[in-house]
Amino acid sequence: MSALRIPILKLQNYLLISIQIDLDDQTAIQFQEDLLNKIHKSGATGVVIDLTSVDIVDSFIAKVLGDVVTMSDLMGAKVVLTGIQPAVAMTLIDLGIHLQDVQTALDLEQGLIKLRQELED
Amino acid sequence: MDFKPCVNIRKEWDIVGARQLGREKAKEIGFGTVDQARIATAISELARNIYLYAGTGKICFEIVDDFEHKGLQIIAVDEGPGIRDISQVMEDGYTTSGGLGAGLPGVKRLMDHFDIISEVGEGTEIRASKWVR
Ligand SMILES: Nc1ncnc2c1ncn2[C@@H]1O[C@H](COP(=O)(O)OP(=O)(O)O)[C@@H](O)[C@H]1O
Ligand SMILES: [Mg+2]
Repeated sequence: MSALRIPILKLQNYLLISIQIDLDDQTAIQFQEDLLNKIHKSGATGVVIDLTSVDIVDSFIAKVLGDVVTMSDLMGAKVVLTGIQPAVAMTLIDLGIHLQDVQTALDLEQGLIKLRQELED
Repeated sequence: MDFKPCVNIRKEWDIVGARQLGREKAKEIGFGTVDQARIATAISELARNIYLYAGTGKICFEIVDDFEHKGLQIIAVDEGPGIRDISQVMEDGYTTSGGLGAGLPGVKRLMDHFDIISEVGEGTEIRASKWVR
């Protein structure tokens, strides 16, 4: 079975992703690969991943997201996660996952503002 | 206590199928959004462990409704390699697969009751329940 592809949009120097599906492991890994390739090709300096529609993040998805942030950072792109649902935030705490070094914002718009502030100073 | 459907875990996608069915059951029983997410997450962790460490197995659901409790019990069963040291796998961060090692201790915190029986060479059975408040 082949993985679904999550669309990655480019807006100036930023990449925008809105995850709209229940992520299975293969799709999550494919997304990780696609995003890193896209950062490489486009030279993007910032990435916003919007999780508004995601109603579950288990330890595997959390690991993939955390790795995406670290790897993007290595490649010179800052990542902001946006729209994390309250229920998802609470289950992450129960799992003992703190995503400490990860930037977050309320929604896509706030995420873009955060990136702009970070990258301009 | 009679209704007891099971989801076979054979391929990776069954992890998603199991947690979606579990969430539906949780919603029907009357759990709120946060507990639905807790239950779905716990199922996802148990189903992935079956897939990764035992290859195949099943996740069954049992609705509990007696004098004391109303809720949902998840039963994860496999005939995989079993677990030698249960207290070790219940430690945060312990993993044999390069994961986060957050699954089993996480399930215990996500749910209200957690029980694990395992025999090396025989398999593993985990029961985890959540009560409606
Ligand atoms: N059903 C199972 N059968 C055999 N071993 C298991 C099973 N579930 C978990 N384990 C063992 O327990 C460890 C911890 O599991 P878990 O807390 O889910 O963390 P992770 O899956 O990230 O390693 C696993 O790495 C594995 O060695
Ligand atoms: Mg696990």
